[in-house]
Amino acid sequence: MGLEAKLNGNSFFTTTVDALTEWARKNSVWPMPMGISCCAIEMMASGDPKYDIARFGSEVMRFTPRQCDLMIVAGTVTYKMSHVVRKIYDQMPDPKWVIAMGACTSSGGMYRSYPVVQGIDQFLPVDIYLAGCPPRPDNLLNALIQIQEKIGRTKARDFQDKPLPRLTVVQPNGEFLQNN
Amino acid sequence: MASPKELLEQRLNEKFSGENFIFNEHRNELTVSLDKKNIIAVCKYLKEEPELAFRLCEDITAVDWATRKNRFSVVYHIYSLKMNFRLALKASVDEKDCNIDSVSSVWNTANWHERETFDMYGIHFNNHPDLRRMYMPEEFEYHPLRKDFPLMGIPGSLSLPKNKN
Ligand code: SF4
Repeated sequence: MGLEAKLNGNSFFTTTVDALTEWARKNSVWPMPMGISCCAIEMMASGDPKYDIARFGSEVMRFTPRQCDLMIVAGTVTYKMSHVVRKIYDQMPDPKWVIAMGACTSSGGMYRSYPVVQGIDQFLPVDIYLAGCPPRPDNLLNALIQIQEKIGRTKARDFQDKPLPRLTVVQPNGEFLQNN
Repeated sequence: MASPKELLEQRLNEKFSGENFIFNEHRNELTVSLDKKNIIAVCKYLKEEPELAFRLCEDITAVDWATRKNRFSVVYHIYSLKMNFRLALKASVDEKDCNIDSVSSVWNTANWHERETFDMYGIHFNNHPDLRRMYMPEEFEYHPLRKDFPLMGIPGSLSLPKNKN
């Protein structure tokens, strides 16, 4: 960053914990590629060297929701599929964000008919709606930058106060232990 | 040599004499309308007769005529590799007696095609090995390709996940 040139010996910076966590969080947004139909092709394109989503620290598309921060819902969500999308979203650890990529996910798009959910915000909290059918990869990168700006406004403690999920652990002696 | 159409006409009338077949040719596509009670016998014959050999069942679907007396037509698209000839079979089904025999014992492919037709039109296929819905959720009560089903569906008939946050 150019700063390291000024540092010599045992130099140090002072900063706030908020600034540090925000910087770390927003530059390592790992996406969950929820590629359901044609928009997923453009999502893949944004990972290639030409558009290179790695410049923003988001090149690690994880195929397990447990390692992701950002769900990119790319494609037509039917009522039958909506339960799957929600289940995967619920498995992602907090904090998490959602991009509704494309006309279909944002509003049902051209599928104005009975099987397609007319906008995934009916069952998911959406952060960014992305216009286009399909949106170009640079548009997806723009959405990612917007998400980063949004993450930049969070504080370190913002996601600390959610109650832990109720878990049951079986002890070696066969007893059940509950965390709360 | 007789054309496939002549051959079919001759063979079917000979084998099933007394039954009513209507042959209809439109733009080089032959359609045979038949009574639904003959469907298995005719399909079996068309498949197993060595000269005809309709071994490939390409699709099974239906048409909803809404106000016609026999409301539905079940349509079978079959193909003979031997003759390089495509044939459509049509059988009428009434709404009150909404069933037809399954041909999945003749062509295994028919299994899923019939499930789809059942899902979309609510036509029951007798003796089908596994007549479940194909596309719509199991608990869905309607048949979307029927003409009286609204395009945007029936509100509340399909469930969404509960928004917990
Ligand atoms: S918005 Fe367009 S490109 Fe994207 S999933 Fe829908 S139809 Fe396909």
